[in-house]
Amino acid sequence: MYKIGVIGDRESALGFMAVGFTVRIAESAEDAAHALKGLSEENCAVIFITEELAELIMEDIQSYKDKTLPSVVMIPSKSGSKGVGMMNIKKSVERAVGADILFKNN
Amino acid sequence: MAQIRVNPTRMELKKLKNRLAVARRGHKLLKDKRDELMKQFLDVVRETKTVREKVETALEKSNKSFALASAVTSPKVMTEALMLPKKEVSLDISEKNVMSVIVPVFHYDLGGAQQSDGYNFGLAFTSGEIDAAVSELSEILPDMIKLAELEKSSQLMAEEIEKTRRRVNALEHVMIPQIEETIKSITMKLDENERGNLTRLMKVKDMMIKAQLEGKN
Repeated sequence: MYKIGVIGDRESALGFMAVGFTVRIAESAEDAAHALKGLSEENCAVIFITEELAELIMEDIQSYKDKTLPSVVMIPSKSGSKGVGMMNIKKSVERAVGADILFKNN
Repeated sequence: MAQIRVNPTRMELKKLKNRLAVARRGHKLLKDKRDELMKQFLDVVRETKTVREKVETALEKSNKSFALASAVTSPKVMTEALMLPKKEVSLDISEKNVMSVIVPVFHYDLGGAQQSDGYNFGLAFTSGEIDAAVSELSEILPDMIKLAELEKSSQLMAEEIEKTRRRVNALEHVMIPQIEETIKSITMKLDENERGNLTRLMKVKDMMIKAQLEGKN
């Protein structure tokens, strides 16, 4: 059985504790990188990470990109969505198609 | 275009012709694979986009609810209430093969989170806002897991498409022209040899006839 992990600042991640996710509170880039590594070793198939922290440790996240597990997903934090998650989808479209064909209009 | 360095013999020519046939077939197959992958990838990506939009709005709403809840509850009580879940959400994973790309499929067991009395805290010491926030959050869980699955699939498929596209291009623009070029040059070389041989024979024949004529005289 796999678990679901969440990495985020205190306020954004607290709620996920109540619904049974494995939560790691992180405030700095090192904390977040450490938590990401820890969670992926702990059998987490999905790791949600707030966009703010994700931006700080983009390199670590990229290294999980081409593996089947875990799936690292960015979620908006308490201060709202920054569009980093959408950006990621856009990037994979660009990678596959060679041009951005989905987000042309916005 | 640079050609492959081989001896211009019939043997090599035959080998190259076989290689060309294989390369052409491979090229066609890979091209089909790329097109089909692309089709499926675009479906997945479109779905990912809708699900992400949905999850993002829902999460923002739930974040607001939590902010509201923390405004009326002391941080200590709040942490206490949320810290110990009734049951952990667990995932089961199977794999799906999309055009030889292995993508994960998540089957989730939400455990206590989805029951109506899924609150892991007593109702006496906490406010109604927390209840609302938690139930809001547990409603988005299925979508979040779906999003995780879709994003992973799209990343993996993007990688595979990139690889396949490179292979198709390498075959189309390098391998096949190179082999064609080499075949052409070998054929020319062989023809040239043939002509050389023919003229030599004619020359020898001339010389022999001349010698015979001189011998008679």
